[in-house]
Amino acid sequence: MSTPESTSARAATPRGPWLILMNLLPDAWRTRVPEGMVENRPLLSLVSHVVLAIGIAIVALPLYVTFVASTQTAEQVLNAPMSLLPGTHLIDNYTAVLTHGAGEASAPVGRMMLNSLVTALIIAFGKIVISLLSAFAIVYFRFPFRGLAFWMIFVTLMLPVEVRILPTYKVVSDLHMINTYAGLTVPLIASATATFLFRQFFLTIPDELAEAARIDGAGPMRFFFDVVVPLSRPNIAALFVILFIYGWNQYLWPLLITTDEEMYTTVIGIKRMISGGDAATDWNLVMATAMLAMLPPALVVLLMQKWFVKGLVDSEK
Amino acid sequence: MASEKRVRFKSGWLPYALIFPQLLITIVFFFWPAGQALIQSLLVEDAFGASTEFVWFDNFRELFNDQNYLASFKVTAIFSVLVAGIGLTVSLVLAAFADRVLRGATFYKTLLIWPYAVAPAIAAVLWLFLFNPTLGILAHWMRGFGIAWNPLLDGDDALIMVVIAAVWKQISYNFLFFLAGLQSIPKSLIEAAAIDGAGPVKRFATIVFPLLSPTTFFLLVVNIVYAFFDTFGIIDASTSGGPAKATEILVYKVYADGFKGLDLGGSAAQSVILMAIVVTLTVVQFRYVERKVQY
Repeated sequence: MSTPESTSARAATPRGPWLILMNLLPDAWRTRVPEGMVENRPLLSLVSHVVLAIGIAIVALPLYVTFVASTQTAEQVLNAPMSLLPGTHLIDNYTAVLTHGAGEASAPVGRMMLNSLVTALIIAFGKIVISLLSAFAIVYFRFPFRGLAFWMIFVTLMLPVEVRILPTYKVVSDLHMINTYAGLTVPLIASATATFLFRQFFLTIPDELAEAARIDGAGPMRFFFDVVVPLSRPNIAALFVILFIYGWNQYLWPLLITTDEEMYTTVIGIKRMISGGDAATDWNLVMATAMLAMLPPALVVLLMQKWFVKGLVDSEK
Repeated sequence: MASEKRVRFKSGWLPYALIFPQLLITIVFFFWPAGQALIQSLLVEDAFGASTEFVWFDNFRELFNDQNYLASFKVTAIFSVLVAGIGLTVSLVLAAFADRVLRGATFYKTLLIWPYAVAPAIAAVLWLFLFNPTLGILAHWMRGFGIAWNPLLDGDDALIMVVIAAVWKQISYNFLFFLAGLQSIPKSLIEAAAIDGAGPVKRFATIVFPLLSPTTFFLLVVNIVYAFFDTFGIIDASTSGGPAKATEILVYKVYADGFKGLDLGGSAAQSVILMAIVVTLTVVQFRYVERKVQY
């Protein structure tokens, strides 16, 4: 993939002498032809902003309605069409779901969020750690069956859990890992993508560093912890964002592995809340739960936006 | 970039220890179950698991004579074409405009990447709520326009609903890649065309879009994979494949037949067919990546 580096590449694009001169003009003049724009077409600019605004409105509509519904009473939501102004039950609803859940067979959403958090963290860190280790072995050692090992990791790309649901479930159940955090996470921890990403990165680490370490008498693990891991920090951060979201948003696997409501993740909890049909569903509480389910991954994306974009692009290389 | 290191460490056992955790998980949770699926797809087991019989490709033959399975293939095809087609078009339009407006581009980008963080199943619940025939706000507006709408009873309505939820969830991803692709097109080309008198539409059609084709093709493959496999949560949380199997895509059918219907052989045969599809898509994707390195 060569699409990346976008924003920085653009900033570095050399501009014509005319544009360099433009930079000397007072700010008020410069705004007429914004930098980087090929020509000034006010109408097209207006259309651009309008189209983008419509796009954002469509993207935001479900999120906004969800938020509004989560602040109303169950009756207000059922009374179609519901008001599109926030109600007054924000605190009531959120306290209710966090401590009691919604519906009869529901664990408190606080408990579910804890499950989701533990799952997402184990998956993200687990994938990063075992991928760092195996990429290090593949890049810095030559050993028999190295090619086979690499190939085996590669093939996992072609075996998503969706295509081997039943037999994988059987393995996990034979290992007595149903309704455990281990069962929720370990089968998802192998990662071809992360291994390739780290392999690509390790190949760019100058050989002089490894040579120097060897001359100084540092063993491979010392080199790994003192040089390789610190240098990989940006890649680790980028992967962490992507993998945290991946782990938090898991659906099919927890659906199979958790039968005990105490082990439900938030996403599964919501599915169970709405399975009773319209009349039995407290939509305001379901929507409050949905907001809570979206909040942690959204925060991770917003707070680590730079890493998020890097991670997305890197992991598709 | 070199694909091999000149400097290496020497150790007999260490590399095996390092790679062991990954390989162990790979074998136990990937290769073993996939092998089981392959074997199971050639067997027929009675309902109590008391006896099994080796039947060669009978399970596959049965599948391709099964109207439900063929219908599921058709649903999957329509679903993935719609998801990829609409998703790519909408995202490209948004990215093209966002690339134009440098001022505020970051602002738009920040607002458009949100749905990526939303789980497919949650996206489904949000749209299910909006489209709910009795209390959904969108359903209410549609009734105002005189459109009969009930995704809980009407198959086409249900399919439209899951397509919208799937596209909505994937817009962010497509948008980010299109925007990056657009921004990597040299400005000098666009400027030259502008000087030669080509308007924005012509520039987009003759320069930008062709140069963007590697990104578009990559996203096409990613979106098809997404529609085939990652939309399980959307289908299960909103329609459960219904009404009357109108939204039962292949992945959902593997789950429904195997886990709910307990048809082990049939479900395993479906798994094997899906594996073949993934392998094909992955090969296409990697072929393309290699071509692009030369380009």
